[in-house]
Amino acid sequence: MAVSHPGAGSEAGTPPEPGAGPGVEAAAPELIQAVPLRRPGRWIAAVLVVVLLFLFIYGAATNPAYDWSAFGHYLFDKRVSKAAGVTLSLTVLAMFGGIILGVVLAVMRLSPNPVLKWVSFGWLWFFRGTPIYVQLVFWGLVVVIYKQIDLGIPFVHQFAHISTQNLLTVYWLAVIGLALNESAYMAEIVRAGLTSVDEGQDEAARALGMSWGQTMRRIVLPQAMRVIIPPTGNELISMLKTTSLVTAVPLTTELYSRTRDLSVETFNPIPMLLVASAWYLFFTSVLMTGQFYLERYFARGASRKMSGRQLQALADAQATGNQRGLI
Amino acid sequence: MSEPMVRSELVCKNFGALRVLKGISLTVDRGEVMCLVGPSGSGKSTFLRCINHLEQVTAGRLWVDGELIGYHERGGKLHEMPAKDAARQRRDIGMVFQKFNLFPHLTALENITEAPIRVKKQKKAAAVDRARELLAQVGLSEKAKAYPAQLSGGQQQRVAIARALAMDPKLMLFDEPTSALDPELVGEVLDVMKELARGGMTMIVVTHEMGFAREVADSLVFMDGGVVVESGKPREVLSNPQHERTKTFLSKVL
Repeated sequence: MAVSHPGAGSEAGTPPEPGAGPGVEAAAPELIQAVPLRRPGRWIAAVLVVVLLFLFIYGAATNPAYDWSAFGHYLFDKRVSKAAGVTLSLTVLAMFGGIILGVVLAVMRLSPNPVLKWVSFGWLWFFRGTPIYVQLVFWGLVVVIYKQIDLGIPFVHQFAHISTQNLLTVYWLAVIGLALNESAYMAEIVRAGLTSVDEGQDEAARALGMSWGQTMRRIVLPQAMRVIIPPTGNELISMLKTTSLVTAVPLTTELYSRTRDLSVETFNPIPMLLVASAWYLFFTSVLMTGQFYLERYFARGASRKMSGRQLQALADAQATGNQRGLI
Repeated sequence: MSEPMVRSELVCKNFGALRVLKGISLTVDRGEVMCLVGPSGSGKSTFLRCINHLEQVTAGRLWVDGELIGYHERGGKLHEMPAKDAARQRRDIGMVFQKFNLFPHLTALENITEAPIRVKKQKKAAAVDRARELLAQVGLSEKAKAYPAQLSGGQQQRVAIARALAMDPKLMLFDEPTSALDPELVGEVLDVMKELARGGMTMIVVTHEMGFAREVADSLVFMDGGVVVESGKPREVLSNPQHERTKTFLSKVL
């Protein structure tokens, strides 16, 4: 066996220095200070990109078509901020409905009951397979197709009749349309998350006598969240922008429709498009920040790396241990 | 003689057309430590999983503490057991897995307190106190706040044993508890198990650790091809096996 220890010197035939045997650290060698390689390509590429970017910004700033004064004037217009509020509430409600329905559909899809499994699959097939715009137009026509809802025993006796026109405003039709479409995508995301959790987790929980519901809520879902959250953040941001399609229902109080309508005042749609974009970007940035913190929360225990607090606790334990050793 | 802790009568298990267990009959007395050995694929783990109904028995009967596992017997007919009743039976049977199966999103302490709080509805403070005692018992007091990924394999398995013990089980099942461990970590887990055995716990251990079987077990069962080939006192079976298959197997592992 040829094991060489630093400083042992026995391999080279020289007698080992006294005290420099195995287990003794050799003096650290000098740090390397090499001449760095020149990278002209990097510099040229960087300069080129910066110049192009400057030209674009200069062009945008000086081009009268952008009409920056109108942009500034309308950015915080009451009517625009109110429309932004509608967009946000549509997003939140549709996403909320989509997630709840998505979890139900995912659980149905994974259930041993063949009826539930196939109904879930059929739902997915339909709502994922047709364009959201078409679905929204359809929801706008629902009050024509179903003029009233009858409550009672089917084919026998109805005791209440509710007019759909009174029950469902365009706003709620838009929410329903967006939520049902979203549920199909969320179902797949949740299913991927649930199946990503190791089977042993479910077994360990059951072996401890935990019920199916407890196992899901306490063991499987929290671990599935790590897989579920990033694509759900994607969906949320995507939903924010998809709300601009509800004009198909037709709902016209949200951000895009409202700014488009306001452009009759400016005789120029471009600054109003910029106003809408600025609001969309603002909301997207806020949502991305939220996603960052959510991901951090559900990543706990996923890495060997210890948090600052844990390292401090260990260091404290070490310190008190040493003290005890001294006394 | 009092009712044994585990009584198995001609237990069979089929997976589709595959017959994994072909009639296992044995009894485990209270306080007895039984080691199940045999080549892989012999059905040891499947049998262990039948005892807490993680697998449903296909034929035969299995009782733990006098209670039929997995089925209700009414009017001479067996009825499948509702999930709630199966969960209640599992509560009293601890299980330790080859791959630990600790909950990675919970700390060592939370892993141990989870089932007592959720299943046994214990007060949180009481469950935490008990969990600290158990961590001390397995020599991991200082790791209460660590997540499983921050523990070595041996430490994880000791937490898993503590987690099972927190439910105050009357029977502990060990499914190759040291097979996934580095050789130098095997000892620390076996030590905890020896301590348990000395404390009078009834244990069924699927293992390849013949030294542990010889030293700790009261009985040794050798399984192959879904049947019990040979059983008896560990010393006798290990030093003087009667069957050819036992001899061949032992010559490979000893």
